[in-house]
Amino acid sequence: MSDRPARLSPLHDEHVALGAALTDFAGWQMPLRYGSDVAEHTAVRTAAGLFDLSHMGELWVEGPGAGDALDRALVGNLSALAVGRARYTMICQDDGGVLDDLVVYRLAADGADERYLVVANASNVDVVRDALAERFAGRDDVTLTDRSELTALVAVQGPRAEEIVVGLVADPAEADAVRALKYYASVPARVAGLDALVARTGYTGEDGFELFVPAGDAPTLWRALLEAGSPLGLVPAGLSARDSLRLEAGMPLYGNELDTTTAPHDAGLGRVVKLDKVDASGQPLPFVGRAALESRAHAVPARTLVGLQGLSRRAARHGYPVVTTSGAVVGTVTSGAPSPTLGHPVAMAYVTPEVSAEGTDLAVDVRGRHEPVRVVPLPFYRRPR
Amino acid sequence: MTDLPAALKYTLEHEWLSDDAPATVGITSVAAEALGDIVYLELPAVGETVTAGTVIGEIESTKSVSELFSPVTGTVVEVNTAAVDDPSVVNSDPFGAGWLLKVDVAEAGPLLTAEEYAAHAAG
Repeated sequence: MSDRPARLSPLHDEHVALGAALTDFAGWQMPLRYGSDVAEHTAVRTAAGLFDLSHMGELWVEGPGAGDALDRALVGNLSALAVGRARYTMICQDDGGVLDDLVVYRLAADGADERYLVVANASNVDVVRDALAERFAGRDDVTLTDRSELTALVAVQGPRAEEIVVGLVADPAEADAVRALKYYASVPARVAGLDALVARTGYTGEDGFELFVPAGDAPTLWRALLEAGSPLGLVPAGLSARDSLRLEAGMPLYGNELDTTTAPHDAGLGRVVKLDKVDASGQPLPFVGRAALESRAHAVPARTLVGLQGLSRRAARHGYPVVTTSGAVVGTVTSGAPSPTLGHPVAMAYVTPEVSAEGTDLAVDVRGRHEPVRVVPLPFYRRPR
Repeated sequence: MTDLPAALKYTLEHEWLSDDAPATVGITSVAAEALGDIVYLELPAVGETVTAGTVIGEIESTKSVSELFSPVTGTVVEVNTAAVDDPSVVNSDPFGAGWLLKVDVAEAGPLLTAEEYAAHAAG
């Protein structure tokens, strides 16, 4: 870690005023929780939670070559996105290892106005920006702008999220557009009188919105959402709840399930690698990592990501060995915690293919004791529709 | 930090100890707050001998696992089974209903006053 002083969110004063327990996260001082992390988790599942995600990175990719440049830089087919749609994708190394997982929004089309927003994990913003800059080098038809410092990101997640966000959109046409947003889509709208990009995305397994606003507008937006949402059960929620929610939803966390030694296929995410991308002449489009990922697509993986249901009360944690019932080491836990929604511990782990079948009884070495677990399908939690 | 009972003694590892006999052992409000929501307690059994300064159990929260150190040497005479069944009581009432053990003390380890502990916890 660097000795750089921790960076503060534009919402830092709001967190302090709410009595948040702050933690260092990817070089930022961010709220870990405001009160009870289990209560915050439960609020998101039953009503709504308000998250500050201003530590995430926002990179704008613009110009007539933006779509083509992204198609060559990332594993996804971004130029095929309709304006207003978003996609979960990854930026990989030449060897197929994951540099970061990303959400890319297509904001505008048509020649010079071609525009995409790339959202990167806080810990990887510099890595992603530098890799994109390198991959765009020599092109005069695309520009890359890192607006992470200037952009705040606030998420409202939970079954009451639509009611809360739409309630703050005064213009009836805009309110209709926000209400009609599909999952993984975005639309500009004025929320609480502020210009925002409203996206129906999130990281909790619930319905919800992520709102991008200029950093200076963030406190006004935050307070308006809190005030409008509190009567409906919305509470501010910290990184602790965010982590337990995304784990229940089976969503990977960079640094746990994904890193540079991992190919998308290992994490069960081979579908994000678009090997059918073609260039203008119909030839297979070269993108960074293509050759390595092509061979991965057909190979039997050495390890595979599975869900583990804890059968005792003790939770497996990141880094703990997974063993067979006779004690042979067959994998490693990548994320684990007690599941507030399910009432038992859950974990994700990389294991050898022979023990990855649903229903397989395994154990996790929890500080010297073998606690029983069972392989179960991911996600652990799926919201009722 | 004003809520530290002055009648109790404290350890550097954030346990508290009452000065009656048998002595009651728990973790401080400072520790309970830092841990977050406590979901699991692993405590020694009644009759077990514990040694001051050694690990005698584990306290697991949603986010982390931390070790419980014995503030004294002696024999465990009672464990708080209500807290084992519902560990959230350690968060809500760490100096009261969230107590962990009662120990027949043979020898106390190094202990701090409330004032000394407050300074340590603030530092």
